[in-house]
Amino acid sequence: MEFFERFAIPHPSPIIYASMVAIGITLLAIVAGLTFFKKWGYLWREWLTTVDHKRIGIMYLISALLMLFRGGVDALMMRAQLATPDAQLLDSQHYNEIFTTHGVVMIIFMAMAFIIALMNFVVPLQIGARDVAFPRLNALSFWLYFMGAMLFNLSFVIGGSPSSGWTSYFPLAGNEFSPSVGTNYYMIAIQIAGIGTLITGINFIVTILKMRAPGMKLMKMPMFTWSALITNLIITFAFPVLTVALAMGTMDRLFGTQFFTTGNGGMDMLWANLFWVWGHPEVYILVLPAFGVYSEIISTFARRNLYGYKSMVASMVIISVLSFVVWVHHFFTMGQGAMVNSIFSITTMAIAVPTGIKIFNWLFTLYKGSIRFTVPMMYSLGFLPIFTIGGVTGVMLGMSAADYQYHNTMFLVAHFHLVIIPGVVFAMLAGLTYWWPKMFGFMLNERIGKWAFWFISIGTCVAFFPMFISGLDGQARRMYTYSESTGFGFWNMLSFAGAVMLAIGFIIIVYNIYYSTRYASRDIGSDPWDARSLEWATSTPVPEYNFAEVPQVNSSEAFWDSKYNGHKLFSGKLKEIHMPNNSGVPFIMSSLFFVLGFSFIFSIWIGVAIALLGIVACLVHRSFEQDHGYHIPVEEIEKTESELRGGK
Amino acid sequence: MKELFPLKQVMGFVFSLVLTAVALLVYFVDMSFALGMTILLVTAFVQAMLQLMVFMHARESEDSGLILSNVYYGVFIAVVTVFGSLLALIWGYM
Repeated sequence: MEFFERFAIPHPSPIIYASMVAIGITLLAIVAGLTFFKKWGYLWREWLTTVDHKRIGIMYLISALLMLFRGGVDALMMRAQLATPDAQLLDSQHYNEIFTTHGVVMIIFMAMAFIIALMNFVVPLQIGARDVAFPRLNALSFWLYFMGAMLFNLSFVIGGSPSSGWTSYFPLAGNEFSPSVGTNYYMIAIQIAGIGTLITGINFIVTILKMRAPGMKLMKMPMFTWSALITNLIITFAFPVLTVALAMGTMDRLFGTQFFTTGNGGMDMLWANLFWVWGHPEVYILVLPAFGVYSEIISTFARRNLYGYKSMVASMVIISVLSFVVWVHHFFTMGQGAMVNSIFSITTMAIAVPTGIKIFNWLFTLYKGSIRFTVPMMYSLGFLPIFTIGGVTGVMLGMSAADYQYHNTMFLVAHFHLVIIPGVVFAMLAGLTYWWPKMFGFMLNERIGKWAFWFISIGTCVAFFPMFISGLDGQARRMYTYSESTGFGFWNMLSFAGAVMLAIGFIIIVYNIYYSTRYASRDIGSDPWDARSLEWATSTPVPEYNFAEVPQVNSSEAFWDSKYNGHKLFSGKLKEIHMPNNSGVPFIMSSLFFVLGFSFIFSIWIGVAIALLGIVACLVHRSFEQDHGYHIPVEEIEKTESELRGGK
Repeated sequence: MKELFPLKQVMGFVFSLVLTAVALLVYFVDMSFALGMTILLVTAFVQAMLQLMVFMHARESEDSGLILSNVYYGVFIAVVTVFGSLLALIWGYM
C-alpha cells in the first residue's frame, strides 16, 4: 500500500473528490460511447493517426476549447472566493493551486493551442501548400502537446496540483517549500508540451519559407502567414530557454542539484530570469498571430486592402527583436540597480512603438472602408479600444520607478488580462468564427454570436477594470482573502459579476455551436465572407490535398484579385498529387512520453526506463522505415472536385 | 587554370590554421586568465563562422540570405540573453 500512498491528494476536499468522480464518469462515457457506436476504428484511422494539417488543426482547436473551459472554471472559483471579504469557499492551499493551474492552463494549454490550431488550419491553405513541410512531425507536435496537457490536468486528482504560481518562482517551487509532487507536474508537463511547440516552430518556419505557391514572394504573403512566420521564429529561439530552465528545475527537485537554491552557489532569481527570457517573447508568440488574424478580418470586412503592408511586416520584425530585450521588466523590484532597470524600462517603452504602428494601420484600414459588422469584425473592433487600455497601462508598469507601486498588485493582473483577453481570446474567437465555415462547412449563427460578443466584451471590462482601482488601493495579487476593512469588497464583487458575464458569453458560444450545427445552412459556397486570401480559393469542405492544382500567385491578395481584377489562379491542368501516409507512431510515441512524464513525476524509475526504451524504439523505427507516401491519380482528383462543386 | 583553383577554400583553410595557432598560444605563452579566455572565445567564434561560411556552404544556396539572417538573429539573442542575465543578476548590483 505504501507505493500507492504517493498518489493521494495531500490536501483533499469535496470539490476534488467530485472532480475525480466526474473525470471517471467522463472517461467511462467516452469509452462506452466509442464502443457502442463502433467508432474506435474511425477514431484511430481518421484522427489519432492523421497527418493532415487540417485535422490536426481541428484537434488543437478542440483541446484548446476544453482547456479554455478548464481554465475558465478555475477563474470563476477564484473570483467567487474573492467576491466577498473573508470568504470560506476555498482555503489558501486550494486558492494557490487554482491560480497556478489557471495561469498554466490558459497560457500554455489554451492560448498556445488555439494559435497553433489556427496556424495549422490556415497557413498551408493561405500559401497554397498541400500540407506542412513535415506532416508527421506536425502530428507528433500535437500529441506531445495533448499528452502534456492531459498530464498537467491529472495533477488535480492524483498527487496534488502545483501551487507556486504559473511563474513557479524558486525557492518557493523548490522541495523545501513545495514538498508535494505538484511542481514536478508543472516542470514535466510543460516540458513535454514545450517540445511539441518547438517542433511546431521549426515545422512552420520551413513550411512558410519553402512551400509557398509559385509567385508568392515573401512580401506577397497574407498578413496572417507573416505573423505566423515571425511567431514561429520567436518560438524556435525562445522555447529552448524554457526547456533548459525546466530541466534545471526538474533536476533541482528530483536529483538534488542546486541551480535555483539559495545556498551552495545556487541562485534563486536565475529561475525568474530564465523564465522571463522565455516568458516575455512568449507574450508576443501569443499576440502576433492574433494581430495576423485581426489584419485578415479587418481588411476583409472593411473591404479594403490592409493599410501599410510593409510597415506591418516591419513592425513585426522589430517586435521579434525587441521582445527578447525586455524581460527584466517582470522583476524590476528584484533589487538590481537603477541603471539596469532604466535600460529595460527604455526597451520596454520602445516595444510599444511598433505595436502602436499596427494599431494605427488597422485604424487607417477602417478609415473610409465599407464596414460590415459581422461577429469576427465586432471582436476586432472591440479589441482595438480594450487592448489599447491594456497596452498603455503596460507602459505605466514599464516605468521601473513607478513599478514599485504597481508591482504584485491587482493593477498588474488587470493590465495583463486586458492585454491577453482582447489580444488573444478575442482574436481566437474572431478567427474561429471567421474560419469556421472553411473548417466545418457551415457558418455560426451571427445573431447568437453577437450576443456572445457583447457578454464577453462587457464582461471583460466589468471583470478587470475594478482591479485597476483595488490594485492601486493596495490589493495584492494571489491573496486568497482579505478583510472587510480594506474596502476591496465592492470592487471584487464587481469583478465577480464581470466574470459571470464572461462565463455566460462562453456558454452562449457553446450554444451557438450546437444551434448552428443543427440548423445552419450547408449551402454556403466556398467563400461566404467575400474574403481576400487563398484559403477561400479552394472548395468547402477542403479536400485532403487542399488545392487540386497549385495556384499561381501575383499579388498579396491573390484571391481578391482573381475575383475582381482578372488575375488567373488556376490554369485548369491537373497533375498527379503526392500525399503523405498516416502514421500511428506520433500517437504511440507521445503516449510513451505521457508514461515517461508520469513516472518522472512520482520518481518511478522502472517506468522511466521502459518509456524511454519505447521512445527510442519509435525513433529507430522511423529511421529505418520506408514510407514514400501515396499518389492521387488525376481521374480521382477530377471526381473529387466535381463532387465538391455540386456533382456536375 | 585560375578558375579551377579553389582560392577561397585554400585561403579559408590557411586562415583557420592561423586561428588554431593563435588559440594554441594561450597554452604556450604565459598570460592572464582573462586575456587567455578572451582569445579563446574570439578565435572560437571566428572559427565557427568561418567553417559555416566557407566550408558548410551557408552562402552558396539561394536561401543564403535567410540562413544567414537566422544565424545572426540567433547570435543576437544568445548574446543579449547571456549579457542581459549577467547585467541583471551580477553586474547590476556593483
